[in-house]
Amino acid sequence: MTKPVVIVGASMGGLRAAESLRRFGYSGPIIAIGEEPYPPYNRPPLSKEVLAAEVSLEAVAFPQRPATADVDWRLSTRVIGANLAGSSVETDKGDVIEYSKLIIATGLRAKRQDYPNNLFVGRHVIRGLDDALALRAALKPGAKVVILGSGFIGCETAATARKLGADVTVVGPAELPILRPLGREFASEVKRRQEHAGTEFLMGRRVVDLIGDAVVEGVVLDDGTQLPCDVFIEAIGSHPNIEWLEGQDIDLSNGVVCSSNLNARKASEGYWPDVYAVGDVASFPNPIFDDIPRRVEHWNIPTECAKYVGARVAAELAIEAGAEAEIPTADFKPIPSFWSDQFDMHILAFGLLGLADESRLIEGDINDDFVFGYYRAGKMVGVAGIGMRSVVQGYRKAFEA
Amino acid sequence: MIKIDVDMTKCQHYGQCVFEAPNVFKLNDDDKLEYTATADDSERANVEAAIDICPMQAIFIVD
Repeated sequence: MTKPVVIVGASMGGLRAAESLRRFGYSGPIIAIGEEPYPPYNRPPLSKEVLAAEVSLEAVAFPQRPATADVDWRLSTRVIGANLAGSSVETDKGDVIEYSKLIIATGLRAKRQDYPNNLFVGRHVIRGLDDALALRAALKPGAKVVILGSGFIGCETAATARKLGADVTVVGPAELPILRPLGREFASEVKRRQEHAGTEFLMGRRVVDLIGDAVVEGVVLDDGTQLPCDVFIEAIGSHPNIEWLEGQDIDLSNGVVCSSNLNARKASEGYWPDVYAVGDVASFPNPIFDDIPRRVEHWNIPTECAKYVGARVAAELAIEAGAEAEIPTADFKPIPSFWSDQFDMHILAFGLLGLADESRLIEGDINDDFVFGYYRAGKMVGVAGIGMRSVVQGYRKAFEA
Repeated sequence: MIKIDVDMTKCQHYGQCVFEAPNVFKLNDDDKLEYTATADDSERANVEAAIDICPMQAIFIVD
């Protein structure tokens, strides 16, 4: 019996990997295993439409395509272990599944902090559909909302909550919201515009405890301030879902560390030729920038990884089956791409802004629409703007050398 | 010939499609999406890539 390609993770990266395998001619069995009860769905609307209005799973589910209709989706199923030397994974349903190729697409989960009074009712994160639905029910006009974390997710959530009529306070340990990666000048402008729209910021502060008996009624900051709230949202980053790989000879120093062709690196030496990682969980070098493996939590990365890995795996399996095929040799060097909507601020960005040692205004007016360039040792590593999206897009060419 | 439809009630003009199929999609000077309603069959793969990358899943090929 032909062993299946096993994809662990049934979100966008897993779906796109399955589609890519089919597009590049692999017609054998595919098993895709996902922890959530839902088929792959689209996350960007979660912080927008789902919070703002009635949205169902149907509205965010990715369309099912004929080419992947025969993929064996094992949903509500968690992979609890792997035996990479024996080419198998084990699920919480008690199945041990042998694979021909393993594609790791387990993504991230929202980080949470532990508190002495570790309440969970009235406390939210935003990552999955269930999170968004729970938060939507809580965000009523006039609700007092405290958001811990002043990165992109924290600021976007603040904007959405304000628009729904909530009182919003953002608590962040940094000096400015989204300071890394936007840089001081850009970040100051984001803060100013957020404040103009009614968001309050308490920067340089941490949440050290929660107030309430069974339900969160407030938070305690590190300077002793008590902030009453009805809704507490943690937006303090994310954590790669890699625990199921622990104990294996695999480099988990930052997600799943990969070679430049997305093969998982061993902890000892070399790579697992039959194991790939895609999306947010994968740490990979990008020759556009340098040879240091990084995880890149930007929109287009899962899809780009999945396209690349699908083509490789399809070719490798064709060759193993005795057919003629060519394994793609082009470098994997996606240009990271993302955006952020906060009130009427439409931020669009390319590259890895966080690598920059210098940023400066290159187009427009800081009080209106503008574009910043981000440079490392004088070379552009990123570009971001508020508005001027067509101008921002023009700079993408700088990375296409 | 392929026929392209974009649900403009969903589109948020993020411009992610522009790089996948630059002959079909572009952002105009007002940062709004413009697209050609039809394209040559040779554009199909690019438009499919644009469909995949669209954050709002607003692009369709009408067969």
